[in-house]
Amino acid sequence: MQLKTTSAMLYLDGVSVSFDGFKALNQLSFVIEPGEMRAIIGPNGAGKTTMMDVITGKTRPDDGDVYFEQGAYDLSKLDETEIAELGIGRKFQKPTVFDMHTVEDNLLLALKNDHSVRATLFWEDSSAQQDRINQILDIIQLGSARARVAGSLSHGQKQWLEIGMLLAQEPKLLLVDEPAAGMTDAETMQTAELLKEINRDKTVIVVEHDMAFVRELGVKVTCLHEGSVLAEGSIDQVSTDERVVEVYLGR
Amino acid sequence: MGAFPLTRLLDRSSAVFLILLAAFAMVIPTLNLLVPASSDLHVSTYLVALFGKYICYAMLALSIDLIWGYAGILSLGHGAFFAIGGYAMGMYLMRQIGTRGVYANPILPDFMVFLNWHELPVYWYGFNYFAYAALMIFLAPGLLAFVFGWFAFRSRVTGVYLSIITQAMTFALMLGFFRNNFGFGGNNGLTDFKDILGLNVQAEKTRNVLLVASCLALTICFLICRAVVTSKFGKVLVAIRDAEARTRFLGYRVEAYKLFVFTLSACMAGVAGALYVPQVGIINPSEFAPGNSIEAVIWVAVGGRGTLTGAVLGAFVVNYAKTFFTTGWLAPYWLFVLGGLFIAVTLLLPRGIIGTYEWWRARRVEKQSIPIAAEAPHAAE
Repeated sequence: MQLKTTSAMLYLDGVSVSFDGFKALNQLSFVIEPGEMRAIIGPNGAGKTTMMDVITGKTRPDDGDVYFEQGAYDLSKLDETEIAELGIGRKFQKPTVFDMHTVEDNLLLALKNDHSVRATLFWEDSSAQQDRINQILDIIQLGSARARVAGSLSHGQKQWLEIGMLLAQEPKLLLVDEPAAGMTDAETMQTAELLKEINRDKTVIVVEHDMAFVRELGVKVTCLHEGSVLAEGSIDQVSTDERVVEVYLGR
Repeated sequence: MGAFPLTRLLDRSSAVFLILLAAFAMVIPTLNLLVPASSDLHVSTYLVALFGKYICYAMLALSIDLIWGYAGILSLGHGAFFAIGGYAMGMYLMRQIGTRGVYANPILPDFMVFLNWHELPVYWYGFNYFAYAALMIFLAPGLLAFVFGWFAFRSRVTGVYLSIITQAMTFALMLGFFRNNFGFGGNNGLTDFKDILGLNVQAEKTRNVLLVASCLALTICFLICRAVVTSKFGKVLVAIRDAEARTRFLGYRVEAYKLFVFTLSACMAGVAGALYVPQVGIINPSEFAPGNSIEAVIWVAVGGRGTLTGAVLGAFVVNYAKTFFTTGWLAPYWLFVLGGLFIAVTLLLPRGIIGTYEWWRARRVEKQSIPIAAEAPHAAE
């Protein structure tokens, strides 16, 4: 069912959301092409998190279109579970992992497979699943911590575990909210490398405040302000844009 | 089939618990039936019935632990499912009285004759058959839980709001069952039972049979709970408990998980209530009282939520204390003791008895393994 003709992986057109009269998103429009990595910046309250909520089905837009995969799916009509099943993964701003579960179990729960009640009740371990988990543990460098409970990990390790969970989900599109928050410089650079690695076969949207990190990513940047797009382009173009400097970067 | 390996179902504390329960189910009837009353070892029939009651409470606690301890659903109305299971059994027992009632009506229970009813209400049909009643013991509480859960979980009612509406549910049912025209005996409830499956409910032997049956039912419920919580389903439940939104964004249909486990739990509570009624000899609307449900939650908190064995232990400890404190001169102080216990557990023992023990053991194991863990990186390099 083709709802909209577009080549975009993600297509937002005129999306508005308001909470008690406050316009969190105001006629927001942008497109993300398949395979692209996009950095989204903007001051607090610019609507970055609300935008993610709309894409992942947590918040329904009052107005506007949100289409996924060349216009095949109208995301504004689906809920979180359905959207996750379609292949959109989300990393929260505050690392959100299952603290009481081991690192391994966190990844197991995230693996892309049948998530119905019946399937999990009669689930059996398989070597294919174990291989996939081992592979991800290598990528996020948590192999030695596999049996530890996630609650005992450091902040940076939790961020990586959550990224690992996103990988396990095998999404087509990843939304990553402030992955470098609270990380050391070295960890920040490693995280940038990790995201570039992921971007090889997945589309990625990164919301980030850390300009050094965004520069390191070296991708197209969209700056949001008061719920709509203020500027879009390369990091050099955007960071020299007068209005961006005024509202966000400061003189 | 390797789907349920025994090692998965039975960890050390589960195995210890089941062995103790089996020993209990064998020793108590032996001491009651075979040891003469004059002996110090003799267990009175009063105690047999009391222990049978505790086992039913333990089953109720287990059902609460399954949803509260693992899925984070704090039901403060689980007594309702217990009572409904009890009423289903009570209806069967009423129909067994037959012509031995005060009014000797072969079909109608005494209270209906007294109310001048001439026909058995449709929903009483079939309860003269034990098999039908046994089915209803699961179905009636299960159906109520399913419908209630369907609306509550779909609307994403969680936390304290869910707890409040479960309280409202049991309170509303209590008011309903108090009414004579509901057809469940009004405030007197159902009592004066004579036979269960042809055995006299008052007889010493029947009491022992009921105790053993209760222990058996508790064993089965416990194994079902273990199978659920040790499966991947159980891991998803804990995930929902600790980070519901995260679980949704991973593509799990959270409401379906909650609905399944809530309904399963209600069925177990119903079985507990059904076994409870013949042992205490009465079921009346006060079983729906909100206080009962809250007390059952305290049992779980005392024993340790999320441990299963803790729920059983908690039910025994608190109810034994209740029996002790409500007989004799201490009787007026029971509610103070219960309230104090709840505060003490929350402040001093937030993991409960079993939870604290398991935590202490896990820490000890961790401490022992630290030297090995410290060596590991060097070995790897």
